[in-house]
Amino acid sequence: MYQYDKYDQSMVDARVAEFRDQVQRRLAGEITEDQFKPLRLKNGLYLQLHAYMLRVAVPYGTLSSRQMRLLGDIADKYDRGYGHFTTRQNIQYNWIKLEDAPDILADLASVEMHAIQTSGNCIRNTTSDQFAGAAADELVDPRPYAELLRQWSTFHPEFDYLPRKFKIAMIGSETDRAAMKLHDIGIQLVKNDAGEIGCKFYVGGGMGRTPMIAPVIGDFVPPLQMISYLEACLRVYNRYGRRDNKYKARIKILVHEIGADEYRRQVEEEFAHILTLGLEPPAAELERIKGFFEQPGFDANASEDLDLSDPDFALWVDQNTHAHKQAGYTIVNISLKPTGGIPGDASADQIRLMADLALEYSFDELRVTHAQNIVLPHVRKADLYTIWQKLDEAGLANANLDLISDIIACPGLDYCALANARSIPVAQKISERFADLGRQRELGELKLKISGCINACGHHHAGHIGILGVDRKGVENYQLSFGGSEGADTSLGTITGPGFNEDGVVDAVEKATDVYLAQRTEGERFLDTYRRIGMAPFKEAIYAKETVNG
Amino acid sequence: MKIITGNDLRTGDVIWWTGQGWSRLVNDAVAVGDDADAIIAQENDKQVVTDTHVIDADTTSEGVRPAHIKERIRALGPTVRMDLSLKPADPAAAKWVI
Amino acid sequence: MVEQTLRYRNDEPVNDPAVTFAAFADQSNATAVRIEPGEDARVLLPHLDRLALVEVNFPTYGDGRGYSAARILREHGYAGELRAVGDVLLDQLSHMRRCGFDSFAPQQPIAAEAAEKAFATWPDVYQKTVDGRPAIWAKRHSA
Repeated sequence: MYQYDKYDQSMVDARVAEFRDQVQRRLAGEITEDQFKPLRLKNGLYLQLHAYMLRVAVPYGTLSSRQMRLLGDIADKYDRGYGHFTTRQNIQYNWIKLEDAPDILADLASVEMHAIQTSGNCIRNTTSDQFAGAAADELVDPRPYAELLRQWSTFHPEFDYLPRKFKIAMIGSETDRAAMKLHDIGIQLVKNDAGEIGCKFYVGGGMGRTPMIAPVIGDFVPPLQMISYLEACLRVYNRYGRRDNKYKARIKILVHEIGADEYRRQVEEEFAHILTLGLEPPAAELERIKGFFEQPGFDANASEDLDLSDPDFALWVDQNTHAHKQAGYTIVNISLKPTGGIPGDASADQIRLMADLALEYSFDELRVTHAQNIVLPHVRKADLYTIWQKLDEAGLANANLDLISDIIACPGLDYCALANARSIPVAQKISERFADLGRQRELGELKLKISGCINACGHHHAGHIGILGVDRKGVENYQLSFGGSEGADTSLGTITGPGFNEDGVVDAVEKATDVYLAQRTEGERFLDTYRRIGMAPFKEAIYAKETVNG
Repeated sequence: MKIITGNDLRTGDVIWWTGQGWSRLVNDAVAVGDDADAIIAQENDKQVVTDTHVIDADTTSEGVRPAHIKERIRALGPTVRMDLSLKPADPAAAKWVI
Repeated sequence: MVEQTLRYRNDEPVNDPAVTFAAFADQSNATAVRIEPGEDARVLLPHLDRLALVEVNFPTYGDGRGYSAARILREHGYAGELRAVGDVLLDQLSHMRRCGFDSFAPQQPIAAEAAEKAFATWPDVYQKTVDGRPAIWAKRHSA
C-alpha cells in the first residue's frame, strides 16, 4: 500500500488546521452558512436529515488494517457505533457534530486518511477495481496510477470550482468491476501490440438524471502524459461546461451537446499546449509510487487444497471468493448485505473484526467495493475456513455475492436530505422475500440497485433490476427498470411502466424473476434473458390484473 | 399551520421553534403565522441554528404532524434504525411517518 | 464604498480603467481589460504585450472559469497585473494566487494579514502551475 512521506502528511495536516480554523470562524459567527457550506462540503461534511454526515475518502477503495480499525473507533467515539460504506468506495458517518469534525479529521490524518474533496464541485475521490493487484485477469495494477491521480487532484487550484462534481474511475483489467464507463472520466490501462501500457480515456459518462455511457476520447495516452491529458480534459470542461442549470452541468452533457469529436478536438488542442508546460510528474515519481504496490510476499508453496465438507462453508466459498493470480490464494468478498439488513452498514465491532482479519490473513489489506461490500484481497486458501468461521460469528458470512439480495442501496429518505423516497426498507423487504439462499442461487447473478432519488447514488440505471424512489404527491412511489449493466457490456435500464408502492415493487420484482425462470435458456442470467426476450413478457406479468378464483 | 425547523449549528440535531427557543420534539413546535421570516432572521443572527426553514404542519390528536414525509422522518429519526430514533421503545412509531 | 485592492506586485499600479472584452477589440490603445466568465481569455493572447492589467470578474465565487482564464494568460507569458475582482473570498485566495492572480479587489474587504495567512495555507503543492512553486514531485526527485 502507499505510505505518506513528509509531504503527503504535511498536506493533510495543513488541511486539518485549515478546517479547524474555518469551523472556529463559523461557530464564532465570522462567516455565514452560505460561505461556510462549500468549505465544509470540500471536507465531506454534509447537513443531512438528522445531523451532520461525514464522508471519509478511501482512495481507490484501499485500506490497511490500521486505517480500518480507526474507522471502527471513529464510529464508537464520535458517531453511534456504525458506519456506512458507499457506492463510491467511501465510508459515511451519519451522526456527526460540527464541533467534533476537526478532531475526527485529525484522527484520520494520524492514519494517513482524510475527507478531502469528498463533496463539492471538484475532483472527487478516484475509484478503482476492488480486486486491483490480486485478480487473475489483471493486465496492469491500476493503483499506482490512481495514487498519482490522487495527488494531482488534491487541492488542484484550477479545478476546485468546476461546473459540477467530477468523478474518475481507473481500472487495469479487461473486466470492468468499477462501472468505469458511467463516470465523468473512466481510465482503462491497456497494452498495445508492442506490449506498451497506455491509458484509454472514456469521458462523459454518468448516471443521475440523464444517464450516459462515456465515449472513448483518448485511445492510447502514454502513462507519462496522463496528468497532462487530464488537465486538458478538465480545462475544456471548466471553460464550456454549463453553469446556468445544475442539472445540465456535468461533463456528460457537454460531451453530448458538442459531440465527442468536437470535445476530443478541443482536448487535443489544449493537450498540445499543456505538454509544453512540463506539468507531468517524472517517470521516477511513478516508479517511486509503484514501489509501494509490489506484490506481497506470497508463499510459493501455498496449497490449492480446500476441505469443502462443511456445506455452508462450501456455499460461501463458491459464491464469495474470486480467482487470485497467485496459486494457493483467493480473494474473499465479505458481504455487508445480511437478510433484512441495511446495505453497506457495518458496526464498529464488525469493522474492527475485518481489520483484524486483514492483518492476520490478507497482508494487512482491505478494499471497499462500489457494491458496498468489503474485500480481503490476498487470502491463503488454507486460511479460508478459519476466516469464514470468524465472519460467521460476527454475522458477516452472507453467501450472497452478486445474488438478488446483494443489493446496492443509497441511504434514501431515512438519512439523505436530497432523497424523495426511502431505499433501505425496499432493500430489506426484497432480501427478506428472497431470504432462501437456494432460491437466490437458482436465480443466479442478479444485480439489483435502488436509488431514493434521481441523483442515482444507488446506481439504479445500471441494475439488472433497478428501482428508483420518487415522490408522488408526498407519497413514496417506486419506478422499476430492467436491463441495466455496468461492466464491459454497459447498458442503461428501461423503465417498466407505472410505479408501485413499497410492497407492490417487491411483488413486481418477484414476478419478474418468475418470468426469467420460466423463459431462460441454459446458462442465461436474468440480464441475458431480458435482452433476448425484451420487456413485453415481463411487463405482461408485472401489470397483469389479479384473477380472482371463485 | 406554519412551523419553523432547523438544525443545531454545533450538534446538527433537528430542532423546532417553540416560541421562546428550540426543542428537539416536534410536538413543542408552535404555529408562527406571518412572523416566520422575522423569527428566522433573528435566530440566524444568533448563530446557534442552521438551515432554518418554514414548513407546513397539522395539529392532530397525536400532536404536531409535519405535512411532508421528509419532515416527519426528520422529526422521528431513521425508520430503519428505530433504536436511534426519538422513540426507541416504540418500533411501531415508524408507521407515523407514512 | 472604498474599493480595496490587495496587490502583490512591485510596479506602479495601472490607473487606466479596464475596458470590456467587447470594447477591447476596437480600442487598439487600451492597456487594461476585464474578462467576464464565459469570455475566452485566449482571444487576448495576440495582445499580451500591450496589456498592463487584466481584471477577471467572479460574479459568484462558485463560478470557477476565472481560474482557467488566469492560468492560460500566465502560461502564454502575460506578465502584467492579473486582478481577481468581485465575489473573491478569503478561502479562495490561495488557489487564485496559484493560478497567477497577483492582485485582488474583493467586494467584501479582506484584511491583509488574513490574506497572508491564506497564502501560507499549504506548505507544499502537488501540482506545477504558474506560480513558480515547485511541485512535491519535483522536490522528491531533485538531486
